[in-house]
Amino acid sequence: MISLQGITKSYWLGDRPVPVLRNVDLTVNEGEMVAIMGSSGSGKSTLLNILGILDDYDEGAYTLDGTLIRDLSESKAAVYRNKFIGFVFQAFNLLPLKSAVENVELPLQYRGMPRGERHEAAMAALEKVGLTSRAEHLPSELSGGEKQRVAIARALASKPRLILADEPTGALDSRTSGQVMELLEQANDEGATMIVVTHESDIAARCKRLVRIRDGLIWQDTRQTPIRIKVPEPVAESVPQIP
Amino acid sequence: MTWLDRWREIMATLARRKLRTALTALSVAWGIFMLVVLLAAGQGLSNGAENAFADDAANSVYVQPGRTRIAHAGHGPRRRIQLTNEDLDLLAKAVPVADRTSARFRPRTDARASFRDRQGDFQVSGVQPDHQFLEKTTMEEGRYINDADIAERRKVAVIGLAVAQRLFRDLETPIGQMMNLGKNRFRVIGTFSDTGEQREQETIYIPVTTAQLSFAGGNRIDSIVFSVGETSVEESNALVEDLQRRLAEKHSFSPVDKGALRVFNRHEFYQKLGKVLWGIRMFVWLIGLGTIMAGVVGVGNIMLIAVKERTREFGMRKALGATPGSIVAMVLEEALVITTVSGYVGLVAGVALVEFAKRILPTDTGFFREPDVNIGVGIAATAVLVVAGLAAGFWPARRAARINPIEALRAET
Repeated sequence: MISLQGITKSYWLGDRPVPVLRNVDLTVNEGEMVAIMGSSGSGKSTLLNILGILDDYDEGAYTLDGTLIRDLSESKAAVYRNKFIGFVFQAFNLLPLKSAVENVELPLQYRGMPRGERHEAAMAALEKVGLTSRAEHLPSELSGGEKQRVAIARALASKPRLILADEPTGALDSRTSGQVMELLEQANDEGATMIVVTHESDIAARCKRLVRIRDGLIWQDTRQTPIRIKVPEPVAESVPQIP
Repeated sequence: MTWLDRWREIMATLARRKLRTALTALSVAWGIFMLVVLLAAGQGLSNGAENAFADDAANSVYVQPGRTRIAHAGHGPRRRIQLTNEDLDLLAKAVPVADRTSARFRPRTDARASFRDRQGDFQVSGVQPDHQFLEKTTMEEGRYINDADIAERRKVAVIGLAVAQRLFRDLETPIGQMMNLGKNRFRVIGTFSDTGEQREQETIYIPVTTAQLSFAGGNRIDSIVFSVGETSVEESNALVEDLQRRLAEKHSFSPVDKGALRVFNRHEFYQKLGKVLWGIRMFVWLIGLGTIMAGVVGVGNIMLIAVKERTREFGMRKALGATPGSIVAMVLEEALVITTVSGYVGLVAGVALVEFAKRILPTDTGFFREPDVNIGVGIAATAVLVVAGLAAGFWPARRAARINPIEALRAET
């Protein structure tokens, strides 16, 4: 489904190029759940942005489902993103002036789906992430975990074949992280290809494949047995109170 | 995204960014409002001035003798100059282009006019037939003085509507009635109205020859008024100078003596007035355009800030499938809605104020009357603001829409 060949990308610091990705080759098949790990500045987010057609690359070839991405015009790229890809960002990236359900509806709106239909789909996606009761709330009225669940609902609502998650649990506590990962795993189980960028090893451990990246190079690419941990239900009542 | 979705989105955005929407709307509405009010005020001034001078023929010249100020040819100063009927002949020679001429003789005191038991003091003016055109007198009933009246020194009178109202209000018409004027009886042959001051309607015109005879005028005349036809201002000035020189020679006063002969060339004055009015109009336009420019800059500024602070939002939208074109269209449609609606509000408010002013302003205020604005100009100005708002939004929106999404997402909000 995804094929990267010799992808090179540099940023410019003044007149000096700073290479971020050096000759990266990567193939991802449909239905895979891949973790991309690396330290800060290793190039993992840049790689994900290129995969999401959010950023361009200097050299090489990126083919998504048989289409050479570089040939796409900006408008076509937008349509492609809308049809193919769902994004989950570390910073949630919800529109602050839109309610949760309106945020979820947005990609469907760009797809031209009629109002009633997309509202239904958005509500179904919110139900999946357990936020039906918060549908009319603005992002500012939601907790971090809730915001990320709305973002996941938005990524899931358009039923994309590829979900790209950039540090989806980076801003969340461990319990909420677990919930978010469960939702992503569930989407993967339902057939979506998942690529998760993370620097947390327990998040990476939940994926079927681990790609490690360092200084813009892939230095490890292993298949692994995912460790899936169910998040326990909160047991607030049994926590002893401090007198 | 369907157009309906887009409109809903625009309305929602405008409603949620109330302050910004209100500020943009205010700068547009205020610009249009001020333009409309200024243009109407300029028109009012212009109408007022035109009306004030529309009373008399635009190309007329008044010649009125006075007292000399400087000694000349053995005569001392402060000598009274008196025009006579002969001077009319001199005028005909000096100013052959004079197409209408009238001598004017006014008895030294207002003659008492009476009819039956009613009476009043009115201004009596002995004139010639052309005076009707020179003074732009409008006949209401009957006729004006004619050449036969002059030749036969007929005792006929043309009275202003105010005179008719005072003396003949019980009658259906004063025409044909005999009224007393001083010691003589005059037949009323016409009534007139005049756009000038009230005083003009309180005038009684009689043939100049009759006036000289009835009020001991001899061959004296008080002033001469004539029109100079189609001549240019320069030509009429030259003619007037020549006339002045000839009269100075005949009456033996210095041609440069401003006191001996007062000449008022309305033709020249009217042209100067026209220039002043044009200046006023241009000035009003300049201020109006300045206001519009300020509005444009205001809208542009707000659009620029709005687009900048929404760069991150545009990045998010692009990540979710918005095309660059749809982003630009969204910004432009927002600008279009704000500028059109608020421009219209400004237009309506401006026109409403102008209409209100028209109602409460007295119609006979000297230099300001009937302020009015060409609605086409108001609409054109609104269109200019709308286009300017669109242009001001277009460039930053296009730039923002072109940034690749990931850069836009990194933008500071």
